Amino acid sequence: MDTIPSRSTGVVVGPVRAVLLGVEKHWTWYRRNWRSTAISSFLQPVLFLLAMGVGFGSQVQPGEATGGHSYLVYLAPALVVVTAVQNATWESTYAILSSFIWQKSYWGAVVTPITPAQIFYGQLTWIGLRLVSSAVVFLAVAALLGAVSGPGVLLALPFAVLAGLAFAAPVVAFSATRETAEGFTGLFRFVVIPMTLFTGAFFPITQLPGWLRPVAWITPMWHGVELARGAAFGTLQLLPALAHLGYLLVMAAVGIVLGRKYFRRRLAV
Amino acid sequence: MHPVNVAPVTTPEPVLVRAGALTKHFGDFEAVRGIDVEVRRGEAFGFLGPNGAGKSSTMRMISCTSPRTGGELSVLGLDPDTDGPRIRARLGVVPQTDNLDTELTVRQNLHTYGRYFGLSRSTVREKAAELLEFAQLTDRADHEVEPLSGGMKRRLTIARSLINDPDLLLLDEPTTGLDPQARHLLWERLFRLKQSGVTLIITTHYMDEAEQLCDRLVVMDGGRIAAEGSPSELINRYSTREVLELRFTPGTQDAVVPSVVDLAERVEVLPDRLLLYTKDGEGALAAAQARDVRPLSSLVRRSTLEDVFLHLTGRTLVD
Repeated sequence: MDTIPSRSTGVVVGPVRAVLLGVEKHWTWYRRNWRSTAISSFLQPVLFLLAMGVGFGSQVQPGEATGGHSYLVYLAPALVVVTAVQNATWESTYAILSSFIWQKSYWGAVVTPITPAQIFYGQLTWIGLRLVSSAVVFLAVAALLGAVSGPGVLLALPFAVLAGLAFAAPVVAFSATRETAEGFTGLFRFVVIPMTLFTGAFFPITQLPGWLRPVAWITPMWHGVELARGAAFGTLQLLPALAHLGYLLVMAAVGIVLGRKYFRRRLAV
Repeated sequence: MHPVNVAPVTTPEPVLVRAGALTKHFGDFEAVRGIDVEVRRGEAFGFLGPNGAGKSSTMRMISCTSPRTGGELSVLGLDPDTDGPRIRARLGVVPQTDNLDTELTVRQNLHTYGRYFGLSRSTVREKAAELLEFAQLTDRADHEVEPLSGGMKRRLTIARSLINDPDLLLLDEPTTGLDPQARHLLWERLFRLKQSGVTLIITTHYMDEAEQLCDRLVVMDGGRIAAEGSPSELINRYSTREVLELRFTPGTQDAVVPSVVDLAERVEVLPDRLLLYTKDGEGALAAAQARDVRPLSSLVRRSTLEDVFLHLTGRTLVD
């Protein structure tokens, strides 16, 4: 078959650039709308640290369970992970459904040289960047409130982002299969909130009844909390650390495989 | 030897879209049931048919966003199955429902879109300014899209589809849902594109749109092509020059058929009127009145593509 000579200026961009262009689009949106999200990403850690760390924490004696730290300091690295996973859930639900159904912006992108898989990668990369920026804000606020024990807490940041992405990837995939927002309420109510309360951020999971502990083990939040807290207080050991990291990476990889599949299935029918 | 005068040899324009026995199934549902189509460069080609005829499914296959189920398809000489991104880089697509980024400004919509086609920031800026003029949106350039009128959003969608100077522009129901004034403005813009040599493929269920814009069209119904030709060819082939419309109280029109059936080449019975297809509408009307046929009102008009569709399928295009 002969190719028809072209007068068009359009070209196929490389895969990495395609993903970055997706990020660029989200950034264009964010530049216009950052205020509301910035306020909540600042306010949320302040409220949590004040209520749980300072308020509730005043009733908790530093002891063996808190590694000898004040409750506020004990809590801070774990809360970085908790808020990262929560933010990841927000960014991976309504925003995704909107791009499919309400705004339909994925449908606009898919008639350009960009592929459904690249749209998915761009979306996930953007979520990762949002998690990085809100975790940085969180740590800065924590430092101002005196909730930081030392530089080790900086290691909580990559672990929090990884835990967030490990959850975001399968949730984005799930969102790509939805026609309505109904499932999201259940996700928040029955997955995210219990995960927040019972996976070791506020108290060690050894306090849970034995049969409930395996439920905590399968959540990305528990692995993230273990990593972040261990790194912050220098108590992390190599083998458990590798196991936690491995679990989060596998979860992210499974989410990525599913997300790519569901984006293709939905956008190329 | 004297030079011989030879009529200039015109090489036919290359075929941009070629479909052969093209089908599309969604589960058990056969949306497109084996169509053959050829669109050449510079043409304005139309798919005319009612909702559900398979027009949009065909368009989505041509725009390389929906894999075909069977048959052959080449777009710009390439196979959508293997060269989707390469083809899409050279297409402009106006979807049936707008999918603008409504929380971005008009200009930002053009910018982000142009970037997907690999255009540099400076190229995109220049091109956007030009297209804002074309779409008569320059004074709205830095407004958010959300509050714009339907016609403005549609013009922006068309402007956006032109950001890469496409070789082929696909318009799926470009004016559905717009008021008459907005439609005419859009038609005028599309006509300009056509004059500048852009190849257009348009789906529509409005016969006036097809007549206005298309050099050649196919009538689609139930996933198949019922007829093909230029609007005037189709009218000549499948209809008469004139149509006499006789309007009756719904339910009483059937009884009149025997008294007028020999006055026309063909009579169509609609719920509230009879259509008499004839060369001479006024003559048929006079003859009918002489036979004491008393319609509520009567109208003699030229045949349109609507009549072609009615003849081919026994149904009207727009209910």
